[in-house]
Amino acid sequence: MIFKDFFLKPNNQLEGSQQEQTDTEKMVACSRCGNAIAVNIIRASYFVCPNCGHYFTMRARRRIMMLTDRRSFVEHDAGLQSENILGFPEYEMKLQTAQEKSQEKDAVVCGRATISGYPCCIFVMEAKFMMGSMGAVVGEKITRLFEYAAENHLPVIGATVSGGARMQEGMVSLMQMSKVSAAVKRHSDQGNLYIVLLTSPTTGGVNASFAMQGDIILSEPRAIVGFAGPRVVEQTLKQKLPENFQRAEEVLKCGFIDAIVPRKEQKEYLANLLSLHGGEKVEGV
Amino acid sequence: MKEYDSVLAARGKNRLCASEYIDGMLDSFTELHGDRCFGDDTAVIGGIGRLCGMPLTVIGIEKGRQTKERIYRNFGSAHPEGYRKALRLMKQAEKFSRPVLCLIDTAGAFCGVDAEERGQGQAIANSLYELSTLRTPVLSVIIGEGGSGGALALAHADRLWMMKGTYFSVVSPESCANILWKDTTRAAEAAEALKLTPKDLEGLGLIDRICQLLPADSEKEKKDAYMKMLASDVFSEVKHLNELPVEQLIEERYEKFRRVGRISESAGEQHVRVI
Repeated sequence: MIFKDFFLKPNNQLEGSQQEQTDTEKMVACSRCGNAIAVNIIRASYFVCPNCGHYFTMRARRRIMMLTDRRSFVEHDAGLQSENILGFPEYEMKLQTAQEKSQEKDAVVCGRATISGYPCCIFVMEAKFMMGSMGAVVGEKITRLFEYAAENHLPVIGATVSGGARMQEGMVSLMQMSKVSAAVKRHSDQGNLYIVLLTSPTTGGVNASFAMQGDIILSEPRAIVGFAGPRVVEQTLKQKLPENFQRAEEVLKCGFIDAIVPRKEQKEYLANLLSLHGGEKVEGV
Repeated sequence: MKEYDSVLAARGKNRLCASEYIDGMLDSFTELHGDRCFGDDTAVIGGIGRLCGMPLTVIGIEKGRQTKERIYRNFGSAHPEGYRKALRLMKQAEKFSRPVLCLIDTAGAFCGVDAEERGQGQAIANSLYELSTLRTPVLSVIIGEGGSGGALALAHADRLWMMKGTYFSVVSPESCANILWKDTTRAAEAAEALKLTPKDLEGLGLIDRICQLLPADSEKEKKDAYMKMLASDVFSEVKHLNELPVEQLIEERYEKFRRVGRISESAGEQHVRVI
Protein backbone atom coordinates (compact mmCIF):
# COMPACT_ATOMS: atom_id res chain seq x y z
CA MET A 1 0.00 0.00 0.00
CA ILE A 2 1.34 3.40 -0.80
CA PHE A 3 1.71 5.92 1.93
CA LYS A 4 -0.76 8.54 0.84
CA ASP A 5 -3.58 6.04 1.22
CA PHE A 6 -3.28 6.59 4.92
CA PHE A 7 -4.47 10.09 4.50
CA LEU A 8 -7.24 9.29 2.09
CA LYS A 9 -8.62 6.52 4.22
CA PRO A 10 -9.36 7.95 7.61
CA ASN A 11 -10.37 4.63 9.16
CA ASN A 12 -7.22 4.18 11.20
CA GLN A 13 -7.56 3.82 14.95
CA LEU A 14 -5.76 7.10 15.37
CA GLU A 15 -8.36 9.06 13.49
CA GLY A 16 -10.97 10.06 16.00
CA SER A 17 -13.07 12.53 14.08
CA GLN A 18 -15.79 11.98 11.56
CA GLN A 19 -15.29 15.20 9.68
CA GLU A 20 -12.67 13.63 7.44
CA GLN A 21 -15.02 12.62 4.63
CA THR A 22 -16.31 16.12 4.15
CA ASP A 23 -12.82 17.58 3.98
CA THR A 24 -12.31 16.72 0.32
CA GLU A 25 -14.08 19.87 -0.73
CA LYS A 26 -12.67 22.13 1.94
CA MET A 27 -9.98 24.62 0.95
CA VAL A 28 -7.38 26.24 3.14
CA ALA A 29 -4.97 29.08 2.44
CA CYS A 30 -1.27 28.33 2.75
CA SER A 31 0.08 30.55 5.50
CA ARG A 32 3.22 31.26 3.48
CA CYS A 33 2.22 31.71 -0.18
CA GLY A 34 -1.46 32.37 0.40
CA ASN A 35 -2.66 29.97 -2.29
CA ALA A 36 -5.86 28.09 -1.66
CA ILE A 37 -5.35 24.34 -1.54
CA ALA A 38 -7.88 21.53 -1.11
CA VAL A 39 -7.50 19.77 2.22
CA ASN A 40 -7.33 16.33 0.61
CA ILE A 41 -4.43 17.46 -1.56
CA ILE A 42 -2.56 18.81 1.45
CA ARG A 43 -3.17 15.54 3.20
CA ALA A 44 -1.89 13.51 0.28
CA SER A 45 1.24 15.64 0.07
CA TYR A 46 2.33 15.06 3.67
CA PHE A 47 0.92 18.42 4.76
CA VAL A 48 3.43 20.27 2.65
CA CYS A 49 2.14 23.05 0.38
CA PRO A 50 2.41 21.72 -3.22
CA ASN A 51 2.88 25.29 -4.38
CA CYS A 52 5.62 26.75 -2.17
CA GLY A 53 6.83 23.82 -0.09
CA HIS A 54 5.65 25.31 3.22
CA TYR A 55 5.38 22.78 6.03
CA PHE A 56 1.99 22.90 7.72
CA THR A 57 1.94 22.11 11.41
CA MET A 58 0.91 18.48 11.79
CA ARG A 59 -1.40 17.11 14.42
CA ALA A 60 0.31 14.68 16.78
CA ARG A 61 -1.80 11.65 15.83
CA ARG A 62 -1.43 12.29 12.15
CA ARG A 63 2.32 12.40 12.58
CA ILE A 64 2.24 9.13 14.44
CA MET A 65 0.25 7.66 11.55
CA MET A 66 2.80 9.03 9.13
CA LEU A 67 5.81 7.65 11.00
CA THR A 68 4.61 4.31 12.33
CA ASP A 69 3.28 1.11 10.82
CA ARG A 70 -0.43 0.81 10.38
CA ARG A 71 -2.21 -0.34 13.51
CA SER A 72 1.07 -0.81 15.38
CA PHE A 73 0.66 2.17 17.73
CA VAL A 74 -0.34 1.42 21.30
CA GLU A 75 -0.91 4.53 23.34
CA HIS A 76 0.51 4.93 26.85
CA ASP A 77 -0.97 7.02 29.66
CA ALA A 78 -3.77 8.36 27.48
CA GLY A 79 -5.85 9.40 30.47
CA LEU A 80 -3.46 11.80 32.17
CA GLN A 81 -4.67 15.35 32.28
CA SER A 82 -3.56 18.59 33.86
CA GLU A 83 -5.03 20.19 36.92
CA ASN A 84 -4.73 23.72 38.16
CA ILE A 85 -2.15 22.85 40.79
CA LEU A 86 -1.18 26.43 41.59
CA GLY A 87 -4.69 27.87 41.38
CA PHE A 88 -3.52 30.01 38.47
CA PRO A 89 -6.16 32.46 37.20
CA GLU A 90 -8.15 31.26 34.17
CA TYR A 91 -6.07 28.10 33.78
CA GLU A 92 -9.01 25.66 33.98
CA MET A 93 -10.72 27.59 31.22
CA LYS A 94 -7.59 27.55 29.08
CA LEU A 95 -7.19 23.82 29.59
CA GLN A 96 -10.78 23.21 28.60
CA THR A 97 -10.45 25.32 25.47
CA ALA A 98 -7.21 23.56 24.55
CA GLN A 99 -8.82 20.17 25.05
CA GLU A 100 -11.77 21.07 22.86
CA LYS A 101 -9.57 22.58 20.19
CA SER A 102 -7.09 19.73 20.07
CA GLN A 103 -9.26 16.80 21.10
CA GLU A 104 -6.32 15.79 23.27
CA LYS A 105 -6.04 15.62 27.05
CA ASP A 106 -2.67 17.39 27.03
CA ALA A 107 0.17 18.47 24.76
CA VAL A 108 1.87 15.14 24.05
CA VAL A 109 0.85 11.71 22.74
CA CYS A 110 3.05 8.81 23.86
CA GLY A 111 3.16 5.12 23.12
CA ARG A 112 4.96 2.25 21.48
CA ALA A 113 4.84 1.21 17.84
CA THR A 114 6.85 -0.22 15.01
CA ILE A 115 8.50 1.75 12.21
CA SER A 116 8.92 -0.43 9.10
CA GLY A 117 8.83 -3.36 11.49
CA TYR A 118 11.33 -2.00 14.02
CA PRO A 119 9.88 -1.65 17.52
CA CYS A 120 10.31 1.65 19.36
CA CYS A 121 8.69 4.04 21.78
CA ILE A 122 7.44 7.29 20.34
CA PHE A 123 6.22 10.61 21.67
CA VAL A 124 4.83 13.38 19.54
CA MET A 125 3.95 16.80 20.89
CA GLU A 126 0.69 18.51 19.94
CA ALA A 127 0.94 22.14 18.84
CA LYS A 128 -2.82 22.65 19.02
CA PHE A 129 -2.69 22.18 22.79
CA MET A 130 -1.43 25.47 24.23
CA MET A 131 1.38 25.58 21.66
CA GLY A 132 2.83 22.31 22.89
CA SER A 133 3.66 23.83 26.25
CA MET A 134 5.17 21.55 28.87
CA GLY A 135 3.49 21.17 32.21
CA ALA A 136 3.43 18.34 34.72
CA VAL A 137 1.48 15.99 32.43
CA VAL A 138 3.81 16.41 29.45
CA GLY A 139 6.82 15.90 31.74
CA GLU A 140 5.25 12.89 33.42
CA LYS A 141 4.18 11.17 30.20
CA ILE A 142 7.57 11.59 28.53
CA THR A 143 9.39 10.51 31.71
CA ARG A 144 7.22 7.39 31.94
CA LEU A 145 7.91 6.64 28.30
CA PHE A 146 11.69 6.81 28.80
CA GLU A 147 11.40 4.64 31.91
CA TYR A 148 9.32 2.09 30.00
CA ALA A 149 11.76 2.17 27.09
CA ALA A 150 14.75 1.70 29.41
CA GLU A 151 13.09 -1.26 31.08
CA ASN A 152 12.28 -2.87 27.74
CA HIS A 153 15.50 -1.85 25.94
CA LEU A 154 13.62 0.09 23.30
CA PRO A 155 14.76 3.12 21.34
CA VAL A 156 12.77 6.34 21.74
CA ILE A 157 11.74 8.58 18.86
CA GLY A 158 10.50 12.01 19.90
CA ALA A 159 8.94 14.69 17.69
CA THR A 160 8.99 18.04 19.44
CA VAL A 161 6.96 21.18 18.96
CA SER A 162 6.72 23.60 21.84
CA GLY A 163 6.82 27.17 23.00
CA GLY A 164 8.43 26.02 26.24
CA ALA A 165 7.43 25.41 29.83
CA ARG A 166 3.80 26.15 30.73
CA MET A 167 3.61 29.37 32.76
CA GLN A 168 0.38 28.38 34.46
CA GLU A 169 2.15 25.58 36.33
CA GLY A 170 5.02 27.78 37.47
CA MET A 171 8.10 26.06 38.86
CA VAL A 172 6.42 22.66 38.65
CA SER A 173 6.54 22.99 34.89
CA LEU A 174 10.10 24.36 34.81
CA MET A 175 11.30 21.42 36.87
CA GLN A 176 9.84 19.00 34.33
CA MET A 177 12.96 19.87 32.34
CA SER A 178 15.04 18.35 35.12
CA LYS A 179 12.75 15.36 35.53
CA VAL A 180 12.70 14.41 31.86
CA SER A 181 16.45 15.06 31.46
CA ALA A 182 17.23 12.61 34.26
CA ALA A 183 15.03 9.94 32.62
CA VAL A 184 16.66 10.54 29.22
CA LYS A 185 20.11 10.12 30.83
CA ARG A 186 19.12 6.85 32.51
CA HIS A 187 17.74 5.48 29.27
CA SER A 188 20.95 6.53 27.50
CA ASP A 189 23.28 5.12 30.16
CA GLN A 190 21.74 1.71 29.54
CA GLY A 191 22.87 1.88 25.92
CA ASN A 192 19.52 2.79 24.36
CA LEU A 193 18.99 5.00 21.35
CA TYR A 194 17.08 8.29 21.41
CA ILE A 195 16.31 10.16 18.19
CA VAL A 196 14.81 13.64 18.21
CA LEU A 197 12.80 15.01 15.32
CA LEU A 198 12.58 18.79 15.71
CA THR A 199 9.50 20.40 14.20
CA SER A 200 8.58 24.06 14.06
CA PRO A 201 8.82 25.68 16.52
CA THR A 202 10.89 23.96 19.21
CA THR A 203 11.85 26.66 21.67
CA GLY A 204 12.15 27.47 25.38
CA GLY A 205 12.29 24.80 28.04
CA VAL A 206 11.75 21.94 25.61
CA ASN A 207 14.64 23.14 23.47
CA ALA A 208 16.79 23.50 26.60
CA SER A 209 16.09 19.93 27.70
CA PHE A 210 14.99 16.78 25.88
CA ALA A 211 14.93 18.31 22.37
CA MET A 212 18.71 18.75 22.54
CA GLN A 213 19.54 15.47 24.29
CA GLY A 214 19.11 12.98 21.47
CA ASP A 215 21.90 10.73 20.24
CA ILE A 216 20.75 11.86 16.84
CA ILE A 217 18.92 15.14 16.29
CA LEU A 218 16.92 15.48 13.05
CA SER A 219 14.83 18.40 11.94
CA GLU A 220 12.14 19.24 9.45
CA PRO A 221 13.17 21.80 6.83
CA ARG A 222 12.95 25.44 7.92
CA ALA A 223 11.82 24.57 11.45
CA ILE A 224 12.37 27.31 14.04
CA VAL A 225 14.75 25.90 16.63
CA GLY A 226 16.10 28.04 19.44
CA PHE A 227 16.12 28.75 23.15
CA ALA A 228 14.60 32.23 23.22
CA GLY A 229 11.90 32.44 20.54
CA PRO A 230 12.61 34.78 17.60
CA ARG A 231 10.09 37.37 18.82
CA VAL A 232 11.70 37.44 22.26
CA VAL A 233 15.17 37.92 20.77
CA GLU A 234 13.85 40.65 18.49
CA GLN A 235 12.15 42.49 21.36
CA THR A 236 15.20 42.18 23.61
CA LEU A 237 17.68 43.39 21.02
CA LYS A 238 15.24 45.84 19.45
CA GLN A 239 16.48 44.99 15.98
CA LYS A 240 15.14 43.06 13.02
CA LEU A 241 16.61 39.59 12.72
CA PRO A 242 17.76 37.94 9.49
CA GLU A 243 15.05 35.86 7.80
CA ASN A 244 16.90 32.59 8.33
CA PHE A 245 17.64 33.21 12.03
CA GLN A 246 16.96 30.05 14.08
CA ARG A 247 15.88 28.14 10.97
CA ALA A 248 16.95 24.49 11.06
CA GLU A 249 19.33 25.01 8.13
CA GLU A 250 21.21 27.70 10.10
CA VAL A 251 21.12 25.70 13.33
CA LEU A 252 22.63 22.76 11.43
CA LYS A 253 25.45 25.03 10.22
CA CYS A 254 26.06 26.03 13.86
CA GLY A 255 26.46 22.33 14.68
CA PHE A 256 23.36 21.46 16.68
CA ILE A 257 21.41 19.31 14.21
CA ASP A 258 22.58 16.11 12.52
CA ALA A 259 20.38 16.23 9.43
CA ILE A 260 17.35 17.88 7.91
CA VAL A 261 14.87 15.32 6.65
CA PRO A 262 11.87 16.12 4.43
CA ARG A 263 8.57 14.75 5.69
CA LYS A 264 8.02 12.11 3.08
CA GLU A 265 11.44 10.60 3.79
CA GLN A 266 11.19 10.64 7.58
CA LYS A 267 9.75 7.18 8.13
CA GLU A 268 12.32 5.47 5.96
CA TYR A 269 15.09 7.58 7.48
CA LEU A 270 14.08 6.57 11.00
CA ALA A 271 13.74 2.92 10.00
CA ASN A 272 17.28 2.94 8.65
CA LEU A 273 18.63 4.50 11.84
CA LEU A 274 16.76 1.95 13.95
CA SER A 275 18.22 -0.86 11.88
CA LEU A 276 21.74 0.61 12.15
CA HIS A 277 21.37 0.46 15.93
CA GLY A 278 20.61 -3.22 16.00
CA GLY A 279 16.84 -3.01 15.68
CA GLU A 280 15.26 -6.34 14.83
CA LYS A 281 12.14 -6.44 12.74
CA VAL A 282 9.09 -7.99 14.28
CA GLU A 283 6.46 -9.63 12.11
CA GLY A 284 2.72 -9.31 12.18
CA VAL A 285 2.37 -6.40 14.56
CA MET B 1 1.84 42.37 46.14
CA LYS B 2 4.39 41.00 48.64
CA GLU B 3 5.48 38.56 45.96
CA TYR B 4 6.40 41.26 43.51
CA ASP B 5 8.26 43.15 46.25
CA SER B 6 10.30 40.01 46.70
CA VAL B 7 11.13 40.03 42.97
CA LEU B 8 12.09 43.71 43.01
CA ALA B 9 14.21 43.24 46.14
CA ALA B 10 15.97 40.27 44.56
CA ARG B 11 16.95 42.53 41.68
CA GLY B 12 17.87 45.43 43.98
CA LYS B 13 21.27 46.85 44.81
CA ASN B 14 21.22 45.87 48.47
CA ARG B 15 22.00 42.25 47.70
CA LEU B 16 25.24 40.41 48.15
CA CYS B 17 26.66 39.02 44.91
CA ALA B 18 28.04 35.54 44.35
CA SER B 19 31.61 36.84 44.62
CA GLU B 20 30.87 38.33 48.02
CA TYR B 21 29.57 35.00 49.29
CA ILE B 22 32.67 33.32 47.86
CA ASP B 23 34.95 35.82 49.63
CA GLY B 24 33.00 35.67 52.86
CA MET B 25 32.36 31.95 53.23
CA LEU B 26 35.52 30.36 51.93
CA ASP B 27 38.94 30.11 53.58
CA SER B 28 40.49 30.39 50.11
CA PHE B 29 39.39 30.42 46.47
CA THR B 30 41.29 29.65 43.27
CA GLU B 31 39.43 30.83 40.21
CA LEU B 32 39.55 28.74 37.03
CA HIS B 33 38.58 30.10 33.65
CA GLY B 34 37.20 29.01 30.32
CA ASP B 35 35.01 26.35 28.75
CA ARG B 36 37.85 24.86 26.62
CA CYS B 37 35.70 25.29 23.51
CA PHE B 38 34.94 28.92 22.85
CA GLY B 39 35.90 31.34 25.60
CA ASP B 40 35.55 32.48 29.18
CA ASP B 41 32.17 33.78 30.26
CA THR B 42 32.60 36.56 32.80
CA ALA B 43 29.02 36.14 34.05
CA VAL B 44 30.00 32.82 35.61
CA ILE B 45 32.69 32.54 38.28
CA GLY B 46 34.10 29.07 38.85
CA GLY B 47 36.90 27.55 40.83
CA ILE B 48 38.06 25.52 43.79
CA GLY B 49 37.63 26.77 47.29
CA ARG B 50 38.13 25.61 50.82
CA LEU B 51 35.10 25.64 53.08
CA CYS B 52 35.71 24.96 56.79
CA GLY B 53 38.87 23.20 55.64
CA MET B 54 37.18 21.05 52.96
CA PRO B 55 38.02 21.54 49.26
CA LEU B 56 34.96 22.05 47.06
CA THR B 57 34.13 23.35 43.61
CA VAL B 58 32.17 26.58 43.56
CA ILE B 59 30.20 27.99 40.65
CA GLY B 60 28.56 31.39 40.94
CA ILE B 61 26.52 33.47 38.54
CA GLU B 62 27.87 36.94 39.17
CA LYS B 63 26.00 40.19 38.58
CA GLY B 64 28.64 42.58 39.87
CA ARG B 65 28.05 45.59 42.08
CA GLN B 66 29.21 48.79 40.36
CA THR B 67 28.01 49.75 36.89
CA LYS B 68 31.35 49.01 35.28
CA GLU B 69 31.50 45.58 36.85
CA ARG B 70 27.89 44.87 36.04
CA ILE B 71 28.63 45.50 32.38
CA TYR B 72 31.74 43.30 32.61
CA ARG B 73 29.57 40.55 34.15
CA ASN B 74 26.89 41.01 31.49
CA PHE B 75 24.45 41.72 34.37
CA GLY B 76 24.64 38.09 35.41
CA SER B 77 23.25 36.65 32.19
CA ALA B 78 25.39 33.75 31.04
CA HIS B 79 26.17 32.74 27.48
CA PRO B 80 26.39 29.05 26.50
CA GLU B 81 30.13 29.07 27.29
CA GLY B 82 29.27 30.03 30.88
CA TYR B 83 27.17 26.89 31.32
CA ARG B 84 29.87 24.85 29.57
CA LYS B 85 32.53 26.25 31.89
CA ALA B 86 30.32 25.39 34.88
CA LEU B 87 29.82 21.85 33.61
CA ARG B 88 33.52 21.40 32.89
CA LEU B 89 34.32 22.36 36.47
CA MET B 90 31.58 20.13 37.86
CA LYS B 91 32.95 17.15 35.91
CA GLN B 92 36.35 18.04 37.32
CA ALA B 93 34.84 18.05 40.81
CA GLU B 94 33.41 14.59 40.12
CA LYS B 95 36.83 13.30 39.09
CA PHE B 96 38.47 14.53 42.28
CA SER B 97 35.48 13.70 44.51
CA ARG B 98 34.88 17.30 45.53
CA PRO B 99 31.35 18.45 46.35
CA VAL B 100 29.88 21.28 44.27
CA LEU B 101 28.30 24.48 45.54
CA CYS B 102 26.34 26.64 43.05
CA LEU B 103 25.38 30.22 43.89
CA ILE B 104 22.60 31.32 41.55
CA ASP B 105 21.68 34.91 40.78
CA THR B 106 20.46 35.54 37.25
CA ALA B 107 17.53 37.15 35.51
CA GLY B 108 17.94 34.43 32.89
CA ALA B 109 20.31 32.97 30.35
CA PHE B 110 21.47 35.66 27.91
CA CYS B 111 19.12 36.23 25.02
CA GLY B 112 20.94 37.25 21.85
CA VAL B 113 21.93 36.16 18.37
CA ASP B 114 25.41 34.96 19.40
CA ALA B 115 24.07 33.03 22.40
CA GLU B 116 21.54 31.31 20.13
CA GLU B 117 24.15 30.50 17.50
CA ARG B 118 26.39 28.90 20.10
CA GLY B 119 23.54 26.77 21.40
CA GLN B 120 22.08 28.28 24.57
CA GLY B 121 19.41 25.58 24.67
CA GLN B 122 21.89 22.78 24.11
CA ALA B 123 24.21 24.13 26.82
CA ILE B 124 21.41 24.18 29.41
CA ALA B 125 20.08 20.81 28.25
CA ASN B 126 23.51 19.26 28.62
CA SER B 127 23.94 20.72 32.08
CA LEU B 128 20.67 19.16 33.27
CA TYR B 129 21.53 15.88 31.55
CA GLU B 130 25.01 15.52 33.05
CA LEU B 131 24.14 16.84 36.51
CA SER B 132 21.45 14.18 36.85
CA THR B 133 24.13 11.52 37.29
CA LEU B 134 27.09 13.55 38.57
CA ARG B 135 28.87 11.26 41.03
CA THR B 136 29.48 13.92 43.66
CA PRO B 137 27.11 15.96 45.84
CA VAL B 138 25.69 19.23 44.50
CA LEU B 139 24.15 21.96 46.67
CA SER B 140 22.60 24.96 44.93
CA VAL B 141 21.50 28.18 46.57
CA ILE B 142 19.37 30.89 44.98
CA ILE B 143 20.98 34.05 46.38
CA GLY B 144 19.06 36.61 44.29
CA GLU B 145 17.18 36.03 41.08
CA GLY B 146 16.24 32.55 39.92
CA GLY B 147 15.41 33.34 36.31
CA SER B 148 13.94 30.34 34.50
CA GLY B 149 16.11 27.87 32.52
CA GLY B 150 19.24 29.95 33.01
CA ALA B 151 18.99 29.39 36.76
CA LEU B 152 17.64 25.84 36.52
CA ALA B 153 20.76 24.74 34.61
CA LEU B 154 22.71 24.98 37.86
CA ALA B 155 19.87 23.89 40.14
CA HIS B 156 19.73 20.18 39.28
CA ALA B 157 21.10 19.55 42.76
CA ASP B 158 20.81 17.16 45.69
CA ARG B 159 19.72 20.10 47.81
CA LEU B 160 18.17 23.33 46.61
CA TRP B 161 18.14 26.22 49.04
CA MET B 162 16.79 29.71 48.66
CA MET B 163 17.65 32.84 50.59
CA LYS B 164 14.75 34.79 52.05
CA GLY B 165 13.53 37.53 49.72
CA THR B 166 14.61 35.83 46.51
CA TYR B 167 12.52 34.23 43.78
CA PHE B 168 12.68 31.31 41.36
CA SER B 169 10.30 31.40 38.43
CA VAL B 170 9.51 29.79 35.10
CA VAL B 171 9.08 33.25 33.57
CA SER B 172 9.61 36.83 34.75
CA PRO B 173 6.39 38.34 36.13
CA GLU B 174 6.61 41.11 33.51
CA SER B 175 6.81 38.67 30.58
CA CYS B 176 4.06 36.58 32.12
CA ALA B 177 1.77 39.61 32.41
CA ASN B 178 2.67 40.62 28.88
CA ILE B 179 1.92 37.19 27.42
CA LEU B 180 -1.29 36.59 29.37
CA TRP B 181 -2.83 40.03 29.53
CA LYS B 182 -0.71 42.10 27.13
CA ASP B 183 -0.09 44.41 30.06
CA THR B 184 3.27 44.55 31.85
CA THR B 185 1.81 46.78 34.58
CA ARG B 186 0.04 43.69 35.93
CA ALA B 187 3.39 42.11 36.84
CA ALA B 188 2.53 42.12 40.55
CA GLU B 189 -0.57 40.03 39.85
CA ALA B 190 1.49 37.63 37.76
CA ALA B 191 4.13 37.37 40.50
CA GLU B 192 1.43 36.31 42.93
CA ALA B 193 -0.02 33.72 40.55
CA LEU B 194 3.36 32.21 39.65
CA LYS B 195 4.10 31.09 43.24
CA LEU B 196 7.72 32.11 42.97
CA THR B 197 8.69 33.06 46.52
CA PRO B 198 10.80 30.80 48.75
CA LYS B 199 7.82 30.28 51.03
CA ASP B 200 5.52 29.28 48.17
CA LEU B 201 8.12 26.93 46.73
CA GLU B 202 8.82 25.39 50.10
CA GLY B 203 5.09 24.84 50.48
CA LEU B 204 5.05 23.08 47.12
CA GLY B 205 7.96 20.92 48.26
CA LEU B 206 10.23 22.12 45.48
CA ILE B 207 13.03 23.50 47.66
CA ASP B 208 14.74 22.09 50.74
CA ARG B 209 15.52 25.08 52.92
CA ILE B 210 15.05 28.83 53.27
CA CYS B 211 18.19 30.59 54.49
CA GLN B 212 18.51 33.86 56.34
CA LEU B 213 19.40 36.82 54.17
CA LEU B 214 21.81 39.59 55.04
CA PRO B 215 21.46 43.01 53.38
CA ALA B 216 24.60 44.06 51.51
CA ASP B 217 24.96 47.26 53.54
CA SER B 218 25.28 45.44 56.89
CA GLU B 219 28.21 46.19 59.17
CA LYS B 220 31.35 44.16 58.78
CA GLU B 221 30.98 42.35 62.11
CA LYS B 222 27.47 41.26 61.30
CA LYS B 223 28.59 40.15 57.86
CA ASP B 224 31.47 38.08 59.22
CA ALA B 225 29.21 36.32 61.70
CA TYR B 226 26.61 35.68 58.99
CA MET B 227 29.13 34.24 56.55
CA LYS B 228 30.53 31.99 59.24
CA MET B 229 27.07 30.67 60.03
CA LEU B 230 26.23 30.13 56.37
CA ALA B 231 29.55 28.38 55.73
CA SER B 232 28.93 26.05 58.63
CA ASP B 233 25.39 25.26 57.38
CA VAL B 234 26.67 24.48 53.89
CA PHE B 235 29.55 22.46 55.33
CA SER B 236 27.37 20.23 57.48
CA GLU B 237 24.88 19.59 54.63
CA VAL B 238 27.59 18.81 52.10
CA LYS B 239 29.46 16.64 54.59
CA HIS B 240 26.31 14.63 55.19
CA LEU B 241 25.73 14.20 51.42
CA ASN B 242 29.36 13.24 50.95
CA GLU B 243 28.98 10.38 53.40
CA LEU B 244 26.19 8.74 51.39
CA PRO B 245 27.20 5.95 49.00
CA VAL B 246 27.37 7.49 45.49
CA GLU B 247 24.71 5.15 44.06
CA GLN B 248 22.29 6.17 46.80
CA LEU B 249 23.09 9.85 46.23
CA ILE B 250 22.25 9.56 42.52
CA GLU B 251 19.15 7.47 43.16
CA GLU B 252 17.87 10.01 45.66
CA ARG B 253 18.59 12.85 43.25
CA TYR B 254 16.61 11.03 40.56
CA GLU B 255 13.68 10.54 42.94
CA LYS B 256 13.84 14.16 44.09
CA PHE B 257 13.03 15.38 40.58
CA ARG B 258 10.92 12.34 39.64
CA ARG B 259 8.42 13.39 42.31
CA VAL B 260 7.85 16.87 40.85
CA GLY B 261 4.39 16.87 39.30
CA ARG B 262 4.03 13.12 39.69
CA ILE B 263 0.58 11.96 38.79
CA SER B 264 -1.13 9.52 41.03
CA GLU B 265 -3.75 7.13 39.81
CA SER B 266 -6.40 5.89 42.14
CA ALA B 267 -9.70 4.22 41.33
CA GLY B 268 -9.34 5.04 37.67
CA GLU B 269 -8.85 8.70 38.37
CA GLN B 270 -5.66 10.58 37.98
CA HIS B 271 -4.54 13.44 40.10
CA VAL B 272 -1.54 15.62 39.64
CA ARG B 273 0.41 16.01 42.83
CA VAL B 274 2.99 18.71 42.96
CA ILE B 275 5.45 16.28 44.44
